[in-house]
Amino acid sequence: MFEILKRQEMADGTVVLNEISAPMIAKKANPGQFVILKANETGERIPLTMADTNPKKGTVTIIYQVVGKSTALFKSLKVGERYQDVIGPLGKPTKLEKVGNVVCVGGGTGVAVLHPITRGLKELGNHMASIIGARTKDLLILEDKMRAASHELHVCTDDGSYGHHGFVTDVLKEILKKENIKLVVGIGPVPMMKFVCKLTEEYKVKTLVSLNAIMVDGTGMCGCCRVSVGGKTQFACVDGPEFDGHQVDFDELMQRLQAYLTEEAEAYEKHKCECKAA
Amino acid sequence: MAEKAAKKEKIPRQSMPEQGAQARKRNFEEVPLGYPEESAVKEAERCLQCKKPSCIDGCPVAIDIPAFIKHIKEGEFTKSVRKIWERNALPAVCGRVCPQEIQCEERCILGKKGEPVAIGNLERFVADLEREHGKGDLPPKSKPTGKRVAVVGSGPSGLTVAGDLILKGHEVTVFEAFHKPGGVLVYGIPEFRLPKEIVYSEVNFLERLGVRLVCNMVVGRTVTTDELFEEGYEAIYVGVGAGLPRFLNIPGENLIGIYSANEYLTRANLMKAYLFPEYDTPIARGKNVAVFGAGNVAMDSARTAMRLGADTVRIVYRRSRNEMPARAAEIHHAEEEGIEFYLLTAPTRFLGDENGRVTGMECLEMELGEPDESGRRQPVPIEGSKFQLECDLAVIAVGAGANPLLTQSTEGLNLNRWGYIIAEPETGKTSKKAVWAGGDIVTGQATVILAMGAGRTASDSIHQYLTWGW
Ligand SMILES: Cc1cc2nc3c(=O)[nH]c(=O)nc-3n(C[C@H](O)[C@H](O)[C@H](O)COP(=O)(O)OP(=O)(O)OC[C@H]3O[C@@H](n4cnc5c(N)ncnc54)[C@H](O)[C@@H]3O)c2cc1C
Ligand SMILES: Cc1cc2nc3c(=O)[nH]c(=O)nc-3n(C[C@H](O)[C@H](O)[C@H](O)COP(=O)(O)OP(=O)(O)OC[C@H]3O[C@@H](n4cnc5c(N)ncnc54)[C@H](O)[C@@H]3O)c2cc1C
Ligand code: SF4
Ligand code: SF4
Ligand code: FES
Repeated sequence: MFEILKRQEMADGTVVLNEISAPMIAKKANPGQFVILKANETGERIPLTMADTNPKKGTVTIIYQVVGKSTALFKSLKVGERYQDVIGPLGKPTKLEKVGNVVCVGGGTGVAVLHPITRGLKELGNHMASIIGARTKDLLILEDKMRAASHELHVCTDDGSYGHHGFVTDVLKEILKKENIKLVVGIGPVPMMKFVCKLTEEYKVKTLVSLNAIMVDGTGMCGCCRVSVGGKTQFACVDGPEFDGHQVDFDELMQRLQAYLTEEAEAYEKHKCECKAA
Repeated sequence: MAEKAAKKEKIPRQSMPEQGAQARKRNFEEVPLGYPEESAVKEAERCLQCKKPSCIDGCPVAIDIPAFIKHIKEGEFTKSVRKIWERNALPAVCGRVCPQEIQCEERCILGKKGEPVAIGNLERFVADLEREHGKGDLPPKSKPTGKRVAVVGSGPSGLTVAGDLILKGHEVTVFEAFHKPGGVLVYGIPEFRLPKEIVYSEVNFLERLGVRLVCNMVVGRTVTTDELFEEGYEAIYVGVGAGLPRFLNIPGENLIGIYSANEYLTRANLMKAYLFPEYDTPIARGKNVAVFGAGNVAMDSARTAMRLGADTVRIVYRRSRNEMPARAAEIHHAEEEGIEFYLLTAPTRFLGDENGRVTGMECLEMELGEPDESGRRQPVPIEGSKFQLECDLAVIAVGAGANPLLTQSTEGLNLNRWGYIIAEPETGKTSKKAVWAGGDIVTGQATVILAMGAGRTASDSIHQYLTWGW
């Protein structure tokens, strides 16, 4: 179980795709849900959203950005090798409904999380305008897939190397001004989600976000993933990961994501040294 | 008879060698080191072999205590452990973690005048000896029945059911949500109190008997109980424990550095964060630690924090010493290791810095008023007693609730108003056909031996059902 059947590097090798054999999870998973993976005996439990699933083949696909020790370790796994543990599907699935005009906004690897949701919403007959962004052209992922899953696709880069020069929120604002939008789904780095929500609040458009709180078990047993939503504490792993973005305390989430900054740096440095030595 | 009793009383209760407090408070090795053979035999000699042994009434699974002790006295250690196995499949665990002072040992006749027989220590002694030196012979199994049973949760209650039913000839599969089996025994209770190797050896024993163990299976998510029935399981035992952390619900609780005991202990034990960075999971190492609550979970958290390098560790508890629910031995060990006790103290809010990290808390002093529903005297705040305590790490160990993940995804399962599963005490049967439940998910957080006792009750009932029908 949990053998890697396919591996692909994207965005200049900063993002990696793995297709993993996990038949029971593939059969059960819905858009918006995640898995927790552990590479080996000493590994950490890392939550990643399923970017795709293939129930017939019995596989789930994850797309992750290499940001620290654990994701670097994942990157080193080759086709034919295995994850020691994969647990899921976890979290609540996205409530996919027909509402009319929808805008999906994705930044960074958030686009991977956004893609199955966009596709699902389109299949239900919604009109999908999507906006995806990255720092620069080479870091953009899943452009073709997002194009296929949307009626219109807008691409933004912070440095102007491709598409619109600027932030996804600029384009979102133009759309909100012109059209009667019923729902916005925003998934990406926390600051991006925060600004998307600020904007949609002005236009009073319901907005869903997917929160990437730090997790351990993913089953509501530890409370590590707690987030403040509407002034109440919720567990992102079981009550979410998707929430009404207008209720989320993004500043608290941003702080809590920094909880292990020192330890993470230490682990990553050690890992890099070991890789060099090997 | 009286003369004989008096003579026997002269042998003092044998103490167990321990790691000294100064050394052990900075390492994760086990604290009590176990009896040498000589002490075990001597301790066994203290037992009066009562005709009507009251100690047995104090043991929730009614181990034939005088019988197993007699075997020790005679040097028949294998026979002794077999005697225990008739009633209890995890003696190495129970010998270590049972609150003996309110169970078997409390009822021991010798305790009336002096010190009771050290029943737990003796149980541990023979179990350890068998594990380390035994031939590992497997007990006989009944003929295969072809019936399949699913056990959900691999804590002490699930493991008990699995062990019982495999011996009765049924096919048993245990499904565990975590990546390792053992329940609280591996994720909660620390290494220095219960070495994980012991739990794995018990689990391994079950696997050798033919129990199939499937980890990474969150029942309710990866598969539902109804799907298990569709797959051909004929009976399901639910022993998922009380895995829901309780918080204090006071302002500032989401500051960085504030953990539920579940998270803190899971990181430390299951994920081996105390070995960071050899193991990848990090844990905050506080200098100034506050732990809320005074049960076993609180003691374990406090002693773990000390071992992770804290300068001061304080137990903050809103009642007095008399109400502390932890095992006496744990409180004693904690004190020896320099854990401070702030009794009759209740936090009212946490304080943090500009980065959202906890820096301390505001507290109120309490006094004890009238007894509440639990019969314990209710703490009431003393007016004007507000004060501040500093801390850079806080662990909340004020109990656990019922995790709704499985119960909400299972139709037809009646729950009580706190979300625990309602099960018949005599059988463990739930309101859903062919589903039994027991352990912490029925009683709320209790003890290892009670969870095992519930497992035993249910396995008898499951066996009956598989043989005769519902
Ligand atoms: C429900 C959910 C879905 C996610 N989906 C994706 C995805 O599809 N693609 C993707 O690239 N990333 C995703 N993430 C984020 C991903 O889990 C983190 O990037 C990863 O854990 C970083 O681990 P590391 O050891 O490589 O980095 P580290 O150096 O340990 O950490 C880098 C940053 O990642 C975060 N992080 C660290 N440990 C954890 C943890 N145990 N749980 C969550 N976050 C952590 C922290 O903010 C930290 O500062 C998701 C997170 C959650 C909670
Ligand atoms: C820190 C700590 C210290 C303790 N100290 C003592 C002590 O000294 N003495 C004592 O007697 N008792 C002690 N206890 C209490 C004792 O450990 C519990 O009462 C006992 O473990 C309960 O057993 P259980 O089998 O009901 O559940 P658990 O041991 O909780 O096991 C339940 C298992 O089910 C799994 N599970 C949960 N949900 C699912 C799902 N949906 N699908 C699949 N698997 C699932 C969990 O991951 C877990 O492994 C302590 C508890 C803690 C937390
Ligand atoms: S199982 Fe626990 S209560 Fe029973 S005899 Fe052993 S230590 Fe005592
Ligand atoms: S009550 Fe005490 S002395 Fe009597 S049989 Fe039990 S352990 Fe022995
Ligand atoms: S990750 Fe433990 S409760 Fe959500």
